[in-house]
Amino acid sequence: MADPMIAQRNRHRLRASRMADLASGGPRVLITKIVVLGLVDAIALYAIIVLFLTSQWIVLIAVAAVTIAVNWIYFSRAKLPAKYLTPGLIFLAVFQIFVLLYTGYVALTNYGTGHNGSKEQAVSSLMASALERVEDSPTYPVTVVDQFGELGLLVTDPDGDAFVGTADTPLKEVPNATFDGDKAVAAPGWTSLSFGEVLVRTDEITALAVPFSDDPNDGALRTPDGSSAYLYTSSLEYDEAAGTMTDLNTGVVYSDIGTGAFTSEDGQELLPGWQIVVGLDNFVRAFTEESIRGPLVYVTAWTFVFATVSVATTFFLGLFLAIVFNDMRMRGRKVYRVLMILPYAFPAFLGALIWSGMMNQSFGFINQVLLGGADIPWLTDPTLAKVSVLIVNLWLGFPYMFLVCTGALQSIPEELNEAAAIDGAKPWSVFRLIKLPLLLVSVAPLLIASFAFNFNNFNVIYLLTNGGPRDPSTSIPVGFTDILISMVYKVAFTGQNRDYGLASAFSIIIFVIVAVIAIISFRRTKALEELN
Amino acid sequence: MKVSKRGILGVGAVAIAASLTLAGCAGGAQEPAKQTGSLTVWVDTERVDALKDAAAAYTEKTGVEVELVGKDNATIKDDFIQQAPTGKGPDIVMGAHDWLGELATNGVVAPLELGDSAGDYLPVALNAATYDGNVYLLPYAVENIAVLRNADLVPEAATSYDDMIAKGKAAGLAQPFVVEQGAEGNPYHLYPFQTAFGAPVFGTTDAGYDASDLQLGNAGGEAFAAWLGTEGKNGNAVFNTDVDGAIAKQAFLDGTAAFWLTGPWNVGSAVDAGINVAIDPVPSPTGDAAQPFAGVKGFLLSAESKNKVAANDFLVNYLGSEDVQLALFEAGHVLPALSSAAEAASADPIIAGFARVGQDAVPMPAIPAMGSVWQFWGIAEAAIINGADPATTWQKLASDVQGAIG
Repeated sequence: MADPMIAQRNRHRLRASRMADLASGGPRVLITKIVVLGLVDAIALYAIIVLFLTSQWIVLIAVAAVTIAVNWIYFSRAKLPAKYLTPGLIFLAVFQIFVLLYTGYVALTNYGTGHNGSKEQAVSSLMASALERVEDSPTYPVTVVDQFGELGLLVTDPDGDAFVGTADTPLKEVPNATFDGDKAVAAPGWTSLSFGEVLVRTDEITALAVPFSDDPNDGALRTPDGSSAYLYTSSLEYDEAAGTMTDLNTGVVYSDIGTGAFTSEDGQELLPGWQIVVGLDNFVRAFTEESIRGPLVYVTAWTFVFATVSVATTFFLGLFLAIVFNDMRMRGRKVYRVLMILPYAFPAFLGALIWSGMMNQSFGFINQVLLGGADIPWLTDPTLAKVSVLIVNLWLGFPYMFLVCTGALQSIPEELNEAAAIDGAKPWSVFRLIKLPLLLVSVAPLLIASFAFNFNNFNVIYLLTNGGPRDPSTSIPVGFTDILISMVYKVAFTGQNRDYGLASAFSIIIFVIVAVIAIISFRRTKALEELN
Repeated sequence: MKVSKRGILGVGAVAIAASLTLAGCAGGAQEPAKQTGSLTVWVDTERVDALKDAAAAYTEKTGVEVELVGKDNATIKDDFIQQAPTGKGPDIVMGAHDWLGELATNGVVAPLELGDSAGDYLPVALNAATYDGNVYLLPYAVENIAVLRNADLVPEAATSYDDMIAKGKAAGLAQPFVVEQGAEGNPYHLYPFQTAFGAPVFGTTDAGYDASDLQLGNAGGEAFAAWLGTEGKNGNAVFNTDVDGAIAKQAFLDGTAAFWLTGPWNVGSAVDAGINVAIDPVPSPTGDAAQPFAGVKGFLLSAESKNKVAANDFLVNYLGSEDVQLALFEAGHVLPALSSAAEAASADPIIAGFARVGQDAVPMPAIPAMGSVWQFWGIAEAAIINGADPATTWQKLASDVQGAIG
């Protein structure tokens, strides 16, 4: 029993738990912990109540699960890593993984204009818009009436006679109806509904169509507001069993052939259609559709040029300035440094808009004031516009590189400099052989991130040139400064046709391109690290 | 110790953000209670106040709560299209008639029955509110462009386009007429001149614009293109693609331009700047009338509304009343769509001026094919203004549009 080993181990364990207690702080920390977690739980509980009321079961379960997990992690003694990682992981899940998965899902559907909702909604919308009011038919004052739970319409015709009918029985005259003024308001055997009761049974009333006579071609009475009815005929007939829509005027049959819309034999679609999963169709379209494929090649090339040149110019300008302002002999370095950072402190979209105004050909500040009335087409010449975009992006981007390089330079020990100088190295060799490689170790990952950022730098392109000047030779509204993401935006969102499916497919493709480049570059960076 | 505190705060923030985000995704708003019923109305933020009285009156009379939600005008359409199918969207939404094609194609709007009140609206408003034979929009305002004239510089209205330029030059102005363009042109503002040459975009049938009858490239269109070329960069330089909205406005406010082709939305700033503004019809470069586009604003009924009866009642009988139409007029100073309200509002000479021009206006086509037109139209006009060959550019425009419509 008295195994010294066990006793020692117990002592160790005791000490460890005491240390853990200490590490987790005294009672004050515990109280803070309880208060904060209590707040979190209160908010989560409120969210759960709201979600319960709106019957959002999946989200409700997710919120509950996350809340329980958070409580469990922070109240347990161990799980130190989890305590650090949980907030980040939750953000990652909500803002990255969910978005990515959802984009991926949309890319597999035909979601877009004309394919916006479910089939049920499409059918009801088609039927609603197919109703045509019978020409020159009068407005019929009506009272909604009820008999044993079946709704009917008590109709007063223009001659002042009262009729009653239901969805199944056509209008029949009621001889002894009660009138209020010219309008029949009650009929024997029927209970009249008040406006409040009408509202409660809105669904039934909007669906209610009372045949005008035994002949279905005479149409049916419907009441949109519960107090007046109009005579409608429908130009479409829906056969639910066969899944077909028939145009009663032309006799054309539209059937559901699995494309997400009722389609006639000669390919005419009835819109609205509905959302379906189309598999990889959107990805195939992205590469094969004629109107996209042409510009895709040069837009992709320009995107690479734009991202690479942007990273290179901002980096070298930032680095140059960092070295200059890192020199102890320079006076007023701090003032200059603040000035340098200004473009970075300025909201980028504002900067881009101001630049686009300054570069206006006839009225811009640059042509009018700086160049004394020059007529340079900064943003409207295909080549010059590209240069202008790069210049503006350089202006917007160099302060970041300047900051990063300043930090990195200051972390390089001064002794290396001195040692190299003693060995007789010239300043340029010191920079090229010692400082730059050391700098790159810490800056290279940021350069990769910067590349990925510029690859998708929608703001600058959209606000400065909107992709223009337009390429008149293509049939989609793509311009010479469009990068992939802005082209996707135009393809998917220009005009009245939204194509969220195709746009999502493009987003996924861009994601893959950027991810592959980043992975390859990070591999290279590792090699760089080992070299040093 | 520090670490664990920070960790707790961090997780607090995360959980708050996460649950708010998730709750936000869920739509937040409670389902309308079945018994009393309620209506959610999405309104342009600037017009919420104008509708408060109507909403209160409706609640008082029927017990139906009307919730007015102020929305950003720029995102209201896309938000509505995306949210309607989920059943979480509004019952009624404020919108413009040129959205109808897109909204109907997406199946998110339900037809309205104006009944006998249909005749109470201005013909152009009712015409614009009708899409594919159904009325979808309860109109409340009709908007069109006209020429704003600085009456101190040029006291008399111009009788024709050439007269306008001549009168302006006589007043000593180098650039008497401005109209906003841009690198990609602005066909909306040039359309009156185009119609003066007899080149509408589409032909019309009883049901409205006919997408299969593209009129853009007809002989009139070519004549317009040729005229545009002579008034462009290499000719009289009246039109300039570097002139955007802000530059045109500045020229008029500074008095360097006496004529400004623009809409009612810019009248306020001109009057505020102390300019004696008069509203003239668009002077025609030919003998025929220069017809601008009319844009009609109104209210739409969601196809997924769970309270259609109340929504219909509120729309037709309350929002269509003269009081509400005048309240909306006060909020936006755009000509009301209801004839009686339009008459009352026309006591203001500026509104009367726009209304007079509006009598010639034609509704902007709402058919989805119009999207294909916008895509190429401005770019072609901008190219002609900047010196491209008018005839070939215009024919390419017509064939590009025809190709895109299919």
